Parts: sequence; structure tokens; C-alpha cells
Amino acid sequence: MDYSISVRNLSKRYKLGETHRETTFREALVNLFKRTGKKPAEIIWALRDVSFDVKDAEVLGIIGRNGAGKSTLLKLLSKITYATTGEIAVKGRISSLLEVGTGFHQELSGRENIYLSGSILGMKKREIDERFEDIVDFADVRTFLDTPIKRYSTGMRLRLGFAVAAHLDPDVLLVDEVLAVGDAGFQKKCLNAMRDMRSTGRTVLFVSHNMAAVENLCHRAIWIDSGRIREDGEARDVIKSYLSTFTESQKAGFDLEKIQSRRGSGDIRYTGIEFLRPDGTPSQLITTGDRFVVRLYYRARDKVLNPHFGLQISTEYGTLVTELSTWLSGFDIPVIEPGEGHIDLEIASLNLMPSLYFVSLWIEGVGPIHYDVLEHCASIDVTPADFYGAGREMSSRFGLIAVPCEWRFDHSRGSRQLS
Amino acid sequence: MGEATALTATKRKTSRASRAWALEFWHYRELFFFLVWRDVKIRYKQTLLGALWAIIQPFFTMLVFTLFFGTLAKIPTEGIPYQLFSYCALVPWTYFATTLSFAGNSLVSNQELITKVYFPRVAVPASAVLSGLVDFAISSLVLIGMMIWFRVLPSWELILWPFLVIPLVILALGVALFLSSLNVKYRDVKYVLPFVTQFWLFLTPIIYPTSLIPERFQFLMYLNPMAGIIDAFRDSFLPTRHVNWTALGISFGISMIVLVLGSLYFKRTEREFADIV
Repeated sequence: MDYSISVRNLSKRYKLGETHRETTFREALVNLFKRTGKKPAEIIWALRDVSFDVKDAEVLGIIGRNGAGKSTLLKLLSKITYATTGEIAVKGRISSLLEVGTGFHQELSGRENIYLSGSILGMKKREIDERFEDIVDFADVRTFLDTPIKRYSTGMRLRLGFAVAAHLDPDVLLVDEVLAVGDAGFQKKCLNAMRDMRSTGRTVLFVSHNMAAVENLCHRAIWIDSGRIREDGEARDVIKSYLSTFTESQKAGFDLEKIQSRRGSGDIRYTGIEFLRPDGTPSQLITTGDRFVVRLYYRARDKVLNPHFGLQISTEYGTLVTELSTWLSGFDIPVIEPGEGHIDLEIASLNLMPSLYFVSLWIEGVGPIHYDVLEHCASIDVTPADFYGAGREMSSRFGLIAVPCEWRFDHSRGSRQLS
Repeated sequence: MGEATALTATKRKTSRASRAWALEFWHYRELFFFLVWRDVKIRYKQTLLGALWAIIQPFFTMLVFTLFFGTLAKIPTEGIPYQLFSYCALVPWTYFATTLSFAGNSLVSNQELITKVYFPRVAVPASAVLSGLVDFAISSLVLIGMMIWFRVLPSWELILWPFLVIPLVILALGVALFLSSLNVKYRDVKYVLPFVTQFWLFLTPIIYPTSLIPERFQFLMYLNPMAGIIDAFRDSFLPTRHVNWTALGISFGISMIVLVLGSLYFKRTEREFADIV
């Protein structure tokens, strides 16, 4: 069997705070004299002892929580950064697509950026010349070709960036979460382009949080957890066991204090989440159409001005169903003094079809500054209920949301009026 | 014996590594070309005067220098009008000084590229160094106008002018490689740079002629590679002067050493760029 990627015992170590440590001569000097009192740098292993092979023309999905080491792995494979120990062998030309629109310069025109980005991503000028028309058609920006891209809309810029990337011709392609941006139409276009790449026999490594996309594109998946490979096998199986770690059965509350995988400054943090009945008692069961209260406990370390609290509900496969936030609702909290407290969110009617949903939480401030971001930190297992009062059970096969509605019928009015 | 073989082995290994480095750069030459092209294109984007800035900088410096050092301080210039005397040195100097600050910050200002895609990192400072040559060429053209204005006939040595760019670029690249990689870790470089160029300006015969320095100290002056290079530019432009090949040779040699040291430092640190930039 021919392998196009072979990774052996790969490890990558970061010294925590290395980016901020001794970034001026002064600090370096001060530290020189403080040697004795200096505490040893905290060491983080972003990857630890990772080994795997990828066959020619295989499409491999890489999944795992934020900060598990997926992106580090791609950066090591694409030589952007170097491994602490271990070996990587890659056969053929490698292109990495870690963002959409790599190398774009705001001041340059669309035409100029196609050449710039294309060459940065590894295309020869001759190749860009040949594919130029296709790229322009794919991006659908022909009328704006000579306009600086700073005048482009976000959507246009994304399309142009992806158009260039979709016309790369590498032997090995590394893709990181490009599907996370853009609207549904754009995502569909990306997925189709990736499917085309697969059919041309290229080796693709695909990092994504979108489990549906991974399952759809990849036969095999690797689940990385805290820098190590937790599972390697059929995509469907790996995804299933990955998702199962997010949930036990429905709980009335989740302790958020001990969760390590969070981002943000931490000036104010979530410490817990509870689901309550309108009367304030814990709710063990949440059904379609329920009225209930989500209670979010926090602890503020410092005085926090104008914080906004938010909650996202997404499906098992990572599709965002809705985001509820104090900002969106226009609910302002001018100040939170240091200490603890809670904020309540009353949901009048949870119009979700029965299924398992994940809850992500965030607190943001003006700037915007992220105080605390917790992904998939709680789950809601919506139990079937008789939503329409017809004695029929709702189920996930009817879709994601249940819309309150009413049917009417009037035979005597006769045929439809077409105007 | 064993030690000797080990030594040759290491030598062979380093020379092979250097060759691989050069080969890889060659492989990415088109990307390098595009980076230079980008740096030239964006230089004066959204400015009113555009490429005129290439001329304004050395020209107005020349006017100020002429007033203070020529007319007021009466620095001897071997009978040459001070305007001519200073401008022909300010053209290469302006290139050198702006290149140092532009290229010195280049890795930091391109950090988005460096953390998102692989290519030989040296392409970033190198393209910054080369893109400044467009400005150099534009400001050199003004010299023709000044020759007409002051009715000066150039000597044959004027054809050396474009070739003197070679040691100038070598030196600028050497210093830029060192500064840009140092800047990745220590942002002090940004603050130190204006000082360095300021001092360097006074250590180089731009405001004054080399002949102003007592003869027995002149060798010290030529330890500064810019001295020999700037002098050579001036010698090639002014018909009354002739290129001092020894001084130029020394400067060229020192510039090469600076380039080699700069490359070595750059090569040693470049693996970490994406992690700490």
C-alpha cells in the first residue's frame, strides 16, 4: 500500500506564555538577574506521540474539541511550525488551506489578489494563468475584478478566497475549518468543491467541527483528544464515540467550574447552568414546547462593565439552531460587581423537535472582549411530547423545529384564486 | 583523524543544508517575485503624491542639509556644490535607511502569512529589501536633472552607479535578515531602529567628505561598510572624484560577512517564527 503521509511519534511542546515572555530586551535583562526566583515555564504538549498513516487518495477527517491539537497537527504537516520530536514524511506537493483568502491584501484588486494568493498557496504563475477564468467564474466577481478587495463584501471576499483554493492542484491538501465561515450557500459550494477534489484522487486531511460534513466527506476519521489520538477508524464510528462524550442523560444542571477547555479573559466566568420549571424547581425532563428557565451562574473576579450573556443551541452535528443573548434582546446589564450571582433566561416555548442538543455559552463585553467562552458545555435532551395536542408524538424525523400552527379548511370557497 | 572526518562530515552536512536552503528558495522564486511585486504595488497606495514620495524624501533632506551644513556650517566639499555633494549620497542612504525599517518590520507585519502557510521565510525580508529599489531608481533620475542644472558633465565612472547597488543590497539584506528575525522575538527593534539609522547616518560620510577625517583614522571609518559604498556612489557621480577601489573592496567584503552572519542567525531562528511571532 502506498502512503502519502506517514507520521511517527509526533510531539509538539509549547512553553505556556512563550509568546508573551521576554518580548522586550528589558524583560530579558530583568529575567537574567532574577534567575533564582524564576518559576519554571509551564509546558503544554499540544501533541503527544501521534502516529498514523494516510493512504494515497484517502480523505481523512480530524475531529476533536477546541484546543485538542488538530490545528497544531496541520501546522506541523504543512511545515509552518516544527515538531519537538517525531517524524513526518509527506509524498508530493502539499497545500494547506488554514483560512480562506490566505495572503489577500486589502489594497490590491481582485485580479491581483488571485495571483498573489495563488502563488502563496503554491501555484505557479502559468497555472494561475490557465485557471484564471475558472477562478473568476467560480467566485462570481467578474465585474469587480479591478476593484480593491477592501471594497468587497465579506461574502465576495470569501468566495474569491475559496475560488483560488479550489483551483489548487496539490497531491496532499490540508483543510482547516474553512466551512465554519460563510452562509449556507457558500458552505454547500465548498463541500461540492471538496467532493470534486476527492474524486480526482487527491489526499485530503480535513479538520472540522461540522460532523455531518466529516461523515459525508471522509471514510476514515481520527479523533484527537488532549494532544493524543483517542480513536482512529471508520468515520461513522469515531464520530459516534466522540459525540457520546458530550452527553450523559438529561441533567437538571451542569457544573461549569471545572471545565478546562474554555477561552476568554476570565474576568467573569460561568460556574454553572440549571434548567428550571417556571415555578423554580429543577426540571429533569425537557419536552418540545416546554416553558422553562435557564439559570446561568457566574462569578466575577473583577468589576465588569456592560457584559452580554449568550447561549447557543446546536445539533449533535454542529449545526447552530439558535443563539439567544442579552445583546440580541436588548437587555443591558450596566455593571457587575465582583462576586457571584446568576442570570435567568426564560424560554416561553422550546420549539425544538426531540433530539439531543448541545449548549454553548459565552460572556462578552464591549470591544468586543471575550470573558468566557464555553463550547458544548451542556446538553438538552428534548423528549417527545404532544406538541400539537393531537396525541401524536413529535420526533426528529420531522425536522429540527416545531412551529406552532393551526390548520383551517373551507370547502365552500371553491377553487384557488390565481392573480 | 576521527575528529577530522567528523569535522568534514559536519562541514558537508552544513553545506548540503545551505544548498537545500538555496534550492528551496529557487523553487519558490515565483512567490518571491509576487511578494516583491506586492510590496512595490502597495507602497504608495492611497497616497496623494504616490511615487513622488520617493523623490521628496531625499530631495528635501538635501535642501535642509544644504542650508545647515553647506551654507551655514560651511562644510568643505572639495569645491562641489553642496546640493550635488549631498544628494548623490542621500539617494543610496535613503534607500538603505527606509529599507532597514521596512524590512526590519517585515516578518511581524506579515505574521498572518507566516502563521498560515509555509514558504521560505527569507522571502519576506528579501522582498522588502528588493522592492525599495524602485524608489532608488526614481530618486536616481533626479540626479540627471541636477547635472543639467549645475552644468556638470559626468565621467565614465557614472556607469558604475547601477552596479554599486549590488554591495548596497547585500549589506541591506544582511542587516535586514538579522533585524527582522530579532524583531520577531523582541519588539524593541522597532524602537531601536530610528536610533541606529540616525547614528549610522553620522558615522557615514554623507554630510561631510571622507577627507575631513584625519588620515590615520580613515581606516576606522571604512570598518563601517556603508562608508565605502556611499563614497563609491559619490565618486562615480562626481566627475572630479574617482572610485577608491580598496575602500570599496573592504566594504564589499564586510557586507558579505554581514550577509553571511545575518543569514546564519535568520536560519537558526526561522523555525520558531510561527510559534512566537
